[in-house]
Amino acid sequence: MNLQTISALVLRYLFLYTRTPMRMVELVFWPVVDLVVWGNVTVFIQKNTNPEFGNFVLFFLGGMILWDIMFRAQQGVAISFLEDVWTRNLLNVFVAPVRTSEYVSATFIVGFLRIVVTAIVLSLISWFGYTFNVFTLSWWLIPFFANLMLFGWSLGMISTALILRWGQAAESLAWAIPFFFQPAVAVFYRVEDMPAWSQPIAWCFPPTYIFEGMRDVMKSGSMNWSYLWTSAGLNLLYLALAGWLFLWILNLTRKRGLLTKFATQ
Amino acid sequence: MSAPPDTREVILEARELTREFDGVKALDRFSFQLHRGEVLGLLGANGAGKTTAMNCLLGLTLPTGGELFAFGLELQRHRIQILQRSNFSSAYTALPGNLLVGQNLLVFAKIYGVKDPKAKIAELMELLEISHLSKRVTGQLSAGESTRVNLVKAFLNDPELLMLDEPTASLDPDIADKVRKVVRKVQRERNIGILYTSHNMRDIEEVCDRVIFLHKGRIVCEGTPTQILSRSSSSSLEDVFIKIARDGEIVDEA
Repeated sequence: MNLQTISALVLRYLFLYTRTPMRMVELVFWPVVDLVVWGNVTVFIQKNTNPEFGNFVLFFLGGMILWDIMFRAQQGVAISFLEDVWTRNLLNVFVAPVRTSEYVSATFIVGFLRIVVTAIVLSLISWFGYTFNVFTLSWWLIPFFANLMLFGWSLGMISTALILRWGQAAESLAWAIPFFFQPAVAVFYRVEDMPAWSQPIAWCFPPTYIFEGMRDVMKSGSMNWSYLWTSAGLNLLYLALAGWLFLWILNLTRKRGLLTKFATQ
Repeated sequence: MSAPPDTREVILEARELTREFDGVKALDRFSFQLHRGEVLGLLGANGAGKTTAMNCLLGLTLPTGGELFAFGLELQRHRIQILQRSNFSSAYTALPGNLLVGQNLLVFAKIYGVKDPKAKIAELMELLEISHLSKRVTGQLSAGESTRVNLVKAFLNDPELLMLDEPTASLDPDIADKVRKVVRKVQRERNIGILYTSHNMRDIEEVCDRVIFLHKGRIVCEGTPTQILSRSSSSSLEDVFIKIARDGEIVDEA
């Protein structure tokens, strides 16, 4: 992999974000809306129920913030690809000496940068607006963020592969795919509160361990380390599978001659 | 009398290149060689197979048969190595419209590993008489300006092999003439091999050393523009083009 190529591709996305302030607004707008709605609901429930239940409601805010980390990572990959489609630049990139691994790495970095921006904004608003300090999660935040980012990248590659296969008609998948997983990964509730038949499914996905861990840390200050290792292991598996799917579909589009139609439409 | 064989290095070669789509052959055992410093025109009506050929040569579409080589290397296996020494420009692609021209060119200069990107961009923009466009938003350029910016991108890495897909499409005669002249100038100065597709026969006459006419994926006619005209009853390449598009062949006077 050539680092200069990756940095050039990242530079292209940075230019895009700095040239188009509306993209920065989009990056912050929806997370802030989510946070304010959930924050207000949290405050409302805290005031109208017993204090113990009110504390549990804080899990919503933690879940919401961590969910957004995963969502932004996925968006970083999928939307970066779509930016090249929308601007008819994809062909220029595919006929330049850019390896697929370099292209995907650049979108991962953009995903990471999106996370940093979103996380900072949400942390500040949740602290000043709702006295919810995300840093009560302490150093656990780092493996939480890392694992959610890895799963977001996997979903981003899957979204991109599907868009490559089915063209722009499938571009809504860039936004929809994370939400296919949301009910299954126990973002806002415990796995044990899910229907029994769905619990084994929930444990198949890396974020489930992170959201469960987050609630443990918020409750007791620590969590089961095996959650972290299982999540990391599953993430490596999902990354490998997503990478394979992406390469397989890219090759398929080349074989069927779909890439050029898609890139110039 | 046939022309003496070209002894220059072959930098691009297709051997029996075939591409089928749902049982229809878009390219049928298409073979050619492009030499260093030569401009080869690829002509044909819509659907003749030019774009398919170009896409196969760029590695965007995989052929269903045959072999492709550039600089003596097998294309699929050495794709990155080959692309580092090549470049491409098409009327049908664009640089991201929301970035400034200078930003777009800087990104591609870095992708191609250009040593002093800013100096190189300035030099090429001056050559194409578009230095004043550096701070303009790419999406707001006219067709002529956009074509010249695309050409700057195409010359950034001093390519030895250049593929130009209808570079003068939708340009007015004045700008098209400027584009042809600058392509020819740079090509001669740097001894670039160019594969050139166009529907504009003026382009072909002025720019191409040799042309290949394709019809239904097969070569129906090949030679220098003068040779082709002398072989046909037509008075211009445009007539040859029309004859091939309608009948699939040129009628030899002999």
